[in-house]
Amino acid sequence: MPEPSLAVRDLHAWYGESHVLHGVDFEIRAGETVTLLGRNGAGKTTTLKSVMGIVGRRRGSVRLEGRELIGLPSNQIARLGLAFCPEERGIFASLTVEENFLLPPTVRAGGLGVEAIYELFPNLKERLRAGGTTLSGGEQQMLAIGRILRTGARLLLLDEPTEGLAPVIVQQIGATLRRLKQEGFTVLLVEQNFRFAATVADRHYVMEHGRVVDMIPNAELEANMTKLHDYLGV
Amino acid sequence: MTIFGVPTQALFGQLLIGLINGAFYALLSLGLSVIFGLLNIINFTHGAQYMMGAFAAYFLLNWAGLGYWWALLVAPIAVAITGIVLERLTLKRLYQLDHLYGLLLTFGFALIIQGLFRHQYGSSGLPYAMPAELAGGRNLGFMFLPNYRAWVIVFSLAVCLTTWYVIERTRLGSYLRAATENPALVQAFGINVPRMITLTYGFGVGLAALAGVLAAPIYQVNPLMGADLIIVVFAVVVIGGLGSIMGSIVTGFGLGVVEGFTKVFYPEASNTVIFVIMAVVLLLRPAGLFGRAS
Repeated sequence: MPEPSLAVRDLHAWYGESHVLHGVDFEIRAGETVTLLGRNGAGKTTTLKSVMGIVGRRRGSVRLEGRELIGLPSNQIARLGLAFCPEERGIFASLTVEENFLLPPTVRAGGLGVEAIYELFPNLKERLRAGGTTLSGGEQQMLAIGRILRTGARLLLLDEPTEGLAPVIVQQIGATLRRLKQEGFTVLLVEQNFRFAATVADRHYVMEHGRVVDMIPNAELEANMTKLHDYLGV
Repeated sequence: MTIFGVPTQALFGQLLIGLINGAFYALLSLGLSVIFGLLNIINFTHGAQYMMGAFAAYFLLNWAGLGYWWALLVAPIAVAITGIVLERLTLKRLYQLDHLYGLLLTFGFALIIQGLFRHQYGSSGLPYAMPAELAGGRNLGFMFLPNYRAWVIVFSLAVCLTTWYVIERTRLGSYLRAATENPALVQAFGINVPRMITLTYGFGVGLAALAGVLAAPIYQVNPLMGADLIIVVFAVVVIGGLGSIMGSIVTGFGLGVVEGFTKVFYPEASNTVIFVIMAVVLLLRPAGLFGRAS
């Protein structure tokens, strides 16, 4: 088996004095789509931010293709081929749609072309001159995903890309994620909605109280429904 | 010939003085806005850095024999470097705190720097000769226009508009605007935000020093030249809206002209008119004429 694309071992993180992650372990192989499931406050978003280097204090090990990321500032982590799409989408109000789209610098060759991304999200192309935050919630989400596909990053960290969106938009994002998988992207996805997660992911890690407590391959999701309901409290 | 009972000669004369003052207001408030936007710090050292620009020009001439045109290039860079050192060593520790701490720290630096220069050079002012190329002037028929003053107005306007263009219309500017909104995310895209912040502070300080070089032949080189000016500039910034680039430029030139005309029509108010306008703007539009309420 090849070395995992991303390997997280005993990851701890703190917000100020508050100890949020208590030793997170998981790994993703190249080309996989993997979700982090769990209740609010389980540490899913913090895990993404810790991998990306945005959390103030962290300890443990995060390796990207064998290279240790703990201790690197987030701009250097991004340059190694990781890209982050935050839960609040992070569309900049003082930038146009096009400026938002072109903002993340290219970190390596091999990103999707601008036209290919407009093909995925045709709405964006018609609104390039508009202010970034004049887009609808769904369009902002497409912009937030679209802009990191350009950069050549091969490992995408997506934080609840379907949150608060209409079903038809959720379907479009699902189709996009399957397309990205075909293109060979590796995706770490935080989701509350495991029904959506089941349509795109290979495996699911379940988080509770700042730890990964279980791993369920997507094929075994049905068999584990009772357990999953219990974990997620749904 | 008269307009509203005022000789046109006097009117245009004051318009010119207003535009000159406005050019300095615009350059200085622009630097303050750029710094505030990204660093979240109200740079009270700005007046002292303007003064340092004028002194740098004076030192270059008297110690190194480098004249005005060299000073225009070298002095802003030299003063910007002192600003960068200041930012690296002190200001960067304050970004997470309230504006007030940055204001107090930079105010303290302003007093120290001005005190050191006054201790060394007194407060009577040192002469700085106008560049020979810009001596003299031309008669426009309705008024006499000194060449140097025309140069200051045109050059300041060009620097201001170039700065506006870079910030509002280029890729680099989009990084700056985005980092003003969400620096953590911009950094997570792979941009070295701390370095960008440092260079932005250096740039804002450089603008102040550039204004100082431009001012040296007009106002002499005086340790307190910035202390007098900076209070008015802060009023300009409040009126224009802190953080607004075009607002700083338009308000800077506009208020210079308003002040100039006030000298013609009601001289008693010419020193206070800007503060009256500031009070009215604060009451009606607290975010400033061009500011976005946050």
